[in-house]
Amino acid sequence: MTNPLQLMCTQQIIEQFAPEQHNLLNILHALQDNHPQNYLTEQALDDTARYLGLPKSSVYGVATYYTMFSLVPRGRYIVRVCTSVVCELHKAGRVIGSLENMLGITTGETTPDGMFTLELSECLGQCQDAPSVMVNEKVYNNLDDNRLAEIIHQIRGSQKTANR
Amino acid sequence: MIQETRRVLKNIGKINPESIDDAIRAGAYDGLKKALLVQPADVINELMGADLHGRGGAGFPAGMKQKFVSESCMHCPQRYVVVNADEGEPGTFKDRIIMEQDPHLYLEGTIIAAYAVQASKGFIYIRGEYHDSIRKTRVAIKDAYKKGLLGKNILGSGFDCDIEVKLGAGSYLCGEELTMLESLEGKRGNPRIKPPFPAEKGAFGLPTLVNNVETLANIPFIIAHGKAEFRKLGTEGSPGTKIFTISGRVNRAGHYEVPMGVTLQELIHLAGGMSEGKPFKAALLGGAAGTFVDASMLEEQMSYDNLKKKGATLGSGAVIIFAEGDPVVEALHNCLRFFRHESCGKCVPCRTGTAQLVKSAEQLRNGHPDKKALLEQMIRESTIMAATSLCPLGQSPVLPLKSAASYFSRELTEIK
Repeated sequence: MTNPLQLMCTQQIIEQFAPEQHNLLNILHALQDNHPQNYLTEQALDDTARYLGLPKSSVYGVATYYTMFSLVPRGRYIVRVCTSVVCELHKAGRVIGSLENMLGITTGETTPDGMFTLELSECLGQCQDAPSVMVNEKVYNNLDDNRLAEIIHQIRGSQKTANR
Repeated sequence: MIQETRRVLKNIGKINPESIDDAIRAGAYDGLKKALLVQPADVINELMGADLHGRGGAGFPAGMKQKFVSESCMHCPQRYVVVNADEGEPGTFKDRIIMEQDPHLYLEGTIIAAYAVQASKGFIYIRGEYHDSIRKTRVAIKDAYKKGLLGKNILGSGFDCDIEVKLGAGSYLCGEELTMLESLEGKRGNPRIKPPFPAEKGAFGLPTLVNNVETLANIPFIIAHGKAEFRKLGTEGSPGTKIFTISGRVNRAGHYEVPMGVTLQELIHLAGGMSEGKPFKAALLGGAAGTFVDASMLEEQMSYDNLKKKGATLGSGAVIIFAEGDPVVEALHNCLRFFRHESCGKCVPCRTGTAQLVKSAEQLRNGHPDKKALLEQMIRESTIMAATSLCPLGQSPVLPLKSAASYFSRELTEIK
C-alpha cells in the first residue's frame, strides 16, 4: 500500500492545488496521506497557511476540527473500528478488545514499531456486513477473531516484503 | 410478496462503474440530452410535477428547491450546485452504493440539476472515509469531460458546467447543508444561522442548490421517462422508489430499492426475515437522528407522509432491526454517544447537553434509584436542546429519546 505521492515534498503537494481557501481540506488530506506517519507536521500547516494566505490559526483550527486529521505521529496503518449502533449490535466491542490484544496497545495508541494506530470511528456505512474496520483506505467486513488475526498478519507480512 | 423494483439501482452489478461506455450503453446521459433540448424552467416543472422529495433525510420537494435557486439573485455572477455525498447517518449506505457502482447516474443528475438552475459550477462533497466513492466519482468526472458531457458547451447546447470533488474529513455535522458549505469553503464545520437558506446565500455567499446523491440519481429517470411514469410507483404523497438500507437482526442485511409505501414487515421479509428466527422487537428508522418503533408499526406504510403522521421518520432510509433480547438502552446509549462525539460545540446547550445525555443514559443502563424521573429529565433536556440549538444535530437527540421512551418506557425504567 505505497502512496504514489510518498516522495514528494510538502511544497510540491500544496502547489498541485490553486491557492484558494476552499482547497484547504483537500490539501490537508494530500499532505497527511503523503506522510509515512499519517499526520500533519507543524511545517506542513505553516506552509499551507502561507500558500493560502491564511492565518496559521485558521489552518490549525481546521486541522484540529476534523476527526480524520492528526497533529501527532501515527502508525503507517490506521485501523479504524466502526462503533456505530449496527456494528455494536454485531459485537464491535469484541473487535476492539481483540485488536488491542493482538496489537498490544489500547485504543488511540500506536504500536512501538510504528506500524499500527488503533482508532474508533463513527458509522463507516458497511452495515450490511457488520462488524467492520477500515485499515487506511481498505474496508474489512464480517470480522471475527480469526479474520482479524489474518488481516494483521497479512499487513505485517506485506510490509516486511516491501522493506526488503 | 414484495419484490425489489430497481429504478435508481437498475445498473448495479450490471455495468463496470469505471467505464463510461458501459454506462452510456445502459442509458446514461439520455436524460441530460433530453433536458438540454428544453428550457431550464421546463426541467424544473417536470421535477415539480413528479413531486420528487429529497432523499437525504428531510424530504423537501426537490423541484421546489430548484425553483427557489433558479429565481434567486438574478444579478449574482455565479450559482452553484453542491452534491451532498457526506453520507454519515448510522445505518445508511445507499449513496455509497450509487457512487461505487453507478457514479455516472448521479453525475448525470447533477449536470441536469445544474442546467435547471443555470449553475456553471458544481462541487461534490464526499465524506473522507468513502475512498472508493471518491475514486470512482473522480474517474466518472474525468471521463464525462472527455465525452463533452462536462466543461464548455456541453453537447453543443451552449451550457457550461465544471464539477470537482471536495473531501470531508470525518465530521457527521458536515452532512447538514449549511455546515457542509462552511466545510466546502475550507473552514471548520460550524453551522450557519438560517435563514438565509442556501438558495439565497449558499457557497461563497451565492445562490446554491444542495441535493443528496440519491435525489440526484432519481432525476435522469424523471427527465428521460416523464413525471407520470415516475409517479406510477410509490404513494400519492411520496411518489417514486426509495433505497432502504436494512441492517441489524435480519438474515440478508443490505440495500433494497422498493416503491415508497411498502410496510416495515415487507422490508424485513425482503431482507430475509429475522435472523435466527428471533422475534422482532424494535426498529430504528432513519438512523441515530431517527425514531424507534415497536411491533405495532410493522404494518405501517414506509413513506415520508405516513410515518410523519405516526410520529416516526423515514429519514435517510436506514432501517436498523432489533430482536427480542437486544436491550433498547444500549442502542439509545450508542446514539447519544454518537451525538456527543459529533457536536461541534458552537451552541452551549448542544455541547453540554449531548454530554449530559450520555451520562444519564449510562445511569439508565447501570442503575439509578428513579429511572422514570431520569428518563423524563432526559426528554426535558433534549427538548430544550432542540429549541436552543442552531442546527439539526442539537435538534436530533430528542427523536430517538422520545420515541424509545414512548414505546419502551417499561423496559427503560424497570429497576433491576
